[in-house]
Amino acid sequence: MSRPEIKTHRALWQEIEGLPIIGVFLALIGVFMVTAPESFLGYRIYMTFLGTVTPPLILGLGLTLVITAGEIDLSFPSVMKMSGLTFAYLVKFEIFPLDAGLADKHDLLPYLALLAALIVGAAIGFINGVLIARVGIPSIIATLATLFVWEGATVILSGGLSHNIRQIGDYSIYDVLTGRIGPVPVQALWALGLAVVTWFVLNRRRFGEHLLFIGDNPEVARVLGVDVVREKIKLFTLMGVLGALAGVVLTLDNKNFFTTQGSGYLLIVMAAVFIGGTSITGGKGSIVGTFFASFIVGSIEAGIVASGLGGFWTRLVVGLVFLTAVIVHIFMENPRKFEVFRQLVGFRFGHRPGTGPPGGAVGGAGPPPPT
Amino acid sequence: MAGKGYDHAIRMENIRMSFGAVLALNDVSLAVGRNEIVGLLGDNGAGKSTLIKIMTGVLRPTAGDLYIRDESIDWRSYSVLASHDHGIETVYQDKSLGEKQPLWRNFFVGRQITNRFGFIDVASEKEIAQEILLKSIGFTGAGITVDSLVSDLSGGERQGIAIGRAMYFDADLIVLDEPTAALAIREVRKVLNFIGGIKESGRACVYIDHNIAHVHEVADRLVVIERGEIVADIAKGEMGLADLTDFLIELQGRRENVPA
Repeated sequence: MSRPEIKTHRALWQEIEGLPIIGVFLALIGVFMVTAPESFLGYRIYMTFLGTVTPPLILGLGLTLVITAGEIDLSFPSVMKMSGLTFAYLVKFEIFPLDAGLADKHDLLPYLALLAALIVGAAIGFINGVLIARVGIPSIIATLATLFVWEGATVILSGGLSHNIRQIGDYSIYDVLTGRIGPVPVQALWALGLAVVTWFVLNRRRFGEHLLFIGDNPEVARVLGVDVVREKIKLFTLMGVLGALAGVVLTLDNKNFFTTQGSGYLLIVMAAVFIGGTSITGGKGSIVGTFFASFIVGSIEAGIVASGLGGFWTRLVVGLVFLTAVIVHIFMENPRKFEVFRQLVGFRFGHRPGTGPPGGAVGGAGPPPPT
Repeated sequence: MAGKGYDHAIRMENIRMSFGAVLALNDVSLAVGRNEIVGLLGDNGAGKSTLIKIMTGVLRPTAGDLYIRDESIDWRSYSVLASHDHGIETVYQDKSLGEKQPLWRNFFVGRQITNRFGFIDVASEKEIAQEILLKSIGFTGAGITVDSLVSDLSGGERQGIAIGRAMYFDADLIVLDEPTAALAIREVRKVLNFIGGIKESGRACVYIDHNIAHVHEVADRLVVIERGEIVADIAKGEMGLADLTDFLIELQGRRENVPA
């Protein structure tokens, strides 16, 4: 038997999940520490990020699984609206009136409202899953349609009105989900816990391995014994639950339900997943990458404003960081492409591809300093 | 190795399969002996792959009966996983492996080793995958490890991985769906040697290939499918390679001359 050819080993830095994106994150924070030291050398701004990044992070974790399986879900902003409405409606009209004039609160009832909101999310996700896996509608089309459907349903059901639930601050659910432990927002701890759980789901559970193979090639998955239809329905149901959780956390944090809530998350959550290194072609997903990318996306606006550039620059810089991250991922995946890029650009970089950590390249290609 | 208490590794009787108005298989019956290598020949679209997919639980036929090791099988409880449980393993031309996944996941997807909390036991899976690499496949060269991605492997190496997996899981019947397509000659030789190994180990094999010479060399019996029907069943030694080739050409000519 002849020996197989010798393959190039994957370098250590290619094996550590999310390393390039951690590099980009640190570089970005480093830049902001220089350009806006009065904000970025203190701890307060990081506590703010921890609070605001939670809903998009929860969504990003779910979307990472969806994209890893070679699918997409565009409907989660509407899931956030439906779940937020469900939660706010139940606490405002069913639970608060019960407690009017009472010293004792029905303190546990809001958890039932949370459960109801999660069930609504699960139901929406399940319908998405059936449309995609059983009926066979491509996920980008099915979830674009349900994005409209459930947004419309929310507007009709709420009459276009917001619901103020300020009294929710008196109930334990507010502290449990969105309170603070010292300076640290509790929701960030939940999100961190959820990120760890999602990492294990993707990398150490049968379900996650099935998602990897489905995203790689659904036909291969099928002949290897994966029930592709069932796993996809499970996947979209899970995404619905996570969307609902993000919606309730946002509603609680604002102590208010807005009919527009969640609308702004669609693109930034997708950007975070791709910045994090999850492959659009499926079969490969990075929870660690999504985790740090969510913080990158979440910190850019504050960083730019604090640097004195002004909010107008935010989108431009997000776009540049997005491109930088994607290019770094491509080089990490296939160092030979670096050569193509070098010829394209037409000059010689200081180090040979694949010989050093990506940090050097990242630093050089980071956001341009303000002039 | 394979049990002795049965005559046929698999027996399919009067299989019909229609996809809408298209009749892909029309009353096909095929039996494979306990230690028999059956070569399936036929043009593209003749129905070979459909038959294989029914055999391995990927597709459910419109009508017909299935017996595995002489036991009647209920289609309703038959699936890819059930076929694994019945000792049937398949190596598809290019659909056996997840390309972006490491080898250890490819060995165990669909039958993961899990601990009592339901988590994949990565250490055990890698250890066994390593054993399969060394013993069943003989990949002792440097470079290929259980962590290698399938996309880093050559076509022959990929078939070796898929075949090694089938061997390891101790199949009674190994189904090979064009395993030599797109392989260099040296790699083809390895695959043919493996099919000889299946015979020696007392297992059965169904081997599909376009290349008549490959099939003729290793098969005990050749079954020819045309337009969803079995049109010839030839025992080894009944025909030399040249005669077989002439026979198939004649068969094809006869079909083309028949008015539609």
